Amino acid sequence: MTTRPTRSVTPILDVRGLRVSISGDEGRAQVLDNIDLSIAPGRIVGVVGESGCGKSTVIRAVLRVLPRGAEIESGTIRFDGEDLLGLGEGEMARRIRGKAIGFIPQDPYLALNPVFRVGTQLLEIMRWHAADGDGESARRARSARKRHRERLVELLRVVQVPDPDRALERYPHQFSGGQRQRLLIAGALACEPRLVIADEPTTALDVTTQLEILKLLRSLSREYDVSMLFVTHDFGVVAQLCDEVNVIYAGQSVEAGDTVDILEAPRHPYTRALLACHPDHSDDLTGIPGAVPSPLTPPPGCRFHPRCEHARADCRDGRPTRVQLGDGHSVECVLYSETGEETAIG
Amino acid sequence: MAEDTVILRVEDVVTEFGGRRRFLRRPEPSVRAVDGVSLELRAGELLGLVGESGCGKSTLGRTILGIQRETEGEIRLDARLVSGLPPRQARAARRDIQYVHQDPGAALDPWWSIGRTLAEGLLINGVSSSAERTERIDRVLDAVGLDESFKPRYPHELSGGQLRRVGLARILSLSPRIVILDEPTSGLDMSVQATVLKLVRDLRERLGLTYIFISHDLSVVERMCTRVVIMYLGRIVEKAETKRVFGSPKHPYTKALLSAAPRLQPGQMAGESLIRGDPPSAAAIPSGCAFRTRCPHAISACAEEVPRTERTGDGHEVACLRWRELDREGTRG
Repeated sequence: MTTRPTRSVTPILDVRGLRVSISGDEGRAQVLDNIDLSIAPGRIVGVVGESGCGKSTVIRAVLRVLPRGAEIESGTIRFDGEDLLGLGEGEMARRIRGKAIGFIPQDPYLALNPVFRVGTQLLEIMRWHAADGDGESARRARSARKRHRERLVELLRVVQVPDPDRALERYPHQFSGGQRQRLLIAGALACEPRLVIADEPTTALDVTTQLEILKLLRSLSREYDVSMLFVTHDFGVVAQLCDEVNVIYAGQSVEAGDTVDILEAPRHPYTRALLACHPDHSDDLTGIPGAVPSPLTPPPGCRFHPRCEHARADCRDGRPTRVQLGDGHSVECVLYSETGEETAIG
Repeated sequence: MAEDTVILRVEDVVTEFGGRRRFLRRPEPSVRAVDGVSLELRAGELLGLVGESGCGKSTLGRTILGIQRETEGEIRLDARLVSGLPPRQARAARRDIQYVHQDPGAALDPWWSIGRTLAEGLLINGVSSSAERTERIDRVLDAVGLDESFKPRYPHELSGGQLRRVGLARILSLSPRIVILDEPTSGLDMSVQATVLKLVRDLRERLGLTYIFISHDLSVVERMCTRVVIMYLGRIVEKAETKRVFGSPKHPYTKALLSAAPRLQPGQMAGESLIRGDPPSAAAIPSGCAFRTRCPHAISACAEEVPRTERTGDGHEVACLRWRELDREGTRG
């Protein structure tokens, strides 16, 4: 195993106590309740949970593309030390979104516009971000276009799109799902980001393609020194790709730590239940009884207690405090005392 | 019925698309989505049909169902020939076979309540008494773990797992014997996936169903199926009992698929890829063994002829020129 970087360095992304609510016709939904998330430079961090747990909302909050009616109630989001919540929309668009933070979407079939050439779409990202500040003379624009094209061709070569020069002239439907995802990865890296956020980028792909894409992401992260936030519901993918993992349930962080530690010794009952659902662990097809609660009417206290086999009376009395188990492994569950000892699991 | 009675036999079935002749122009090339597939389905078994997208597994399912007409080959249901018929008759002859769509959210009419959707299938199939329809709907809803309260609800009000249950209920009301499940768990969370699979397994025991289980998720197939068929670009490359396929895969494609499913044990990224690139288009299938363009063990002979399906000593059927050599190397290494 590689040595762990010291945790005192400034994280690339540091989310603390993030609370987000969305108001709609049916009332106010607390979709994120105290999310903590930290990504050290060069690390790949996974965010895991079932559908409806708020995984995508975390991403949307960081990129500030929350849906209408959503409000960031409290908490901080720091990117490389800078407070993102203090930035205006103009600055988010110019400096952060697509530039300092790249994004790889879930469905490569939906993310590319079918009526424009691939090159037009990918170069658009670079042109938009380069327009910044340049007193655009026609000649400079031409040379910039040439430069962008060269960089893009180079990137397509790195992400292993065959025949990169000609690929730019083709349309999205001429590529397979795996190739499209490679194009989008190149797009995310186009403006030399420090962080790439990926929202389940392999769920729409075949297993064989999935593994190739995961390998590619990992080598790119190492090569370009890019940190990565990787959202998924598949613990198998986390085990292969991520250095650290954050488990969230119904908008609350429940457990975080190094992937190896969590796979070997999961502490939170929800993490254990999720791992037990993985085909490698279960033959009896149990699943987790019940369903993720609606954020409109979340259960009091620890939101997992109605589905938890270890639930007891004090689970309802407010949120469990975060207990540090050492080595960056932390858990939020009443079963663990302040010292990190397990008190009641038999 | 005994476990080894063959209830469905598919022989050398070919399904082609396209191939239109156009006036004064070259005819369009046809696409062979299913190319000479033979398999038999035994009563009460769960047969897995595995392969990447575009390998023809769904087309094979639809051909067996009778909504896609076979170009060549024979399909027998209980030794009765049901192939070679015009579409409506083919479907009527295969009423015992039903199909559960991959995406129930798309397969259910958003403007129709669940009760109305469930009643439609019965109406089409000639259940004219409303009392009988209600009775059968209540029974199947109960069988899939839902209840009457779902009847007035609409698809958008239901979760992914509940929609799958409705998809199952819809075809169960027609009392099928063979059920084709097309990717029954794709897009579901692992926690929900497990409960749906459990239901599928329970229904088999309670109603004596036989399943064809189409999936690209090997870990699910491993847990669910009794036998597995691996397809690549319209042809079967390997067929065996599940534990043999997973225990000692013979075909290089099977090996590649098995090594790609993400496991909980880290370290798969370090391994050498057993497969490269994307599958070629079904309109331009390579000569000889279709897998040779991505196979790490391909030799020039692979391009010359389509490998015959051979039976191995331990009960696999495999279509690879070099399986003997590779198997020896594998056991030695």
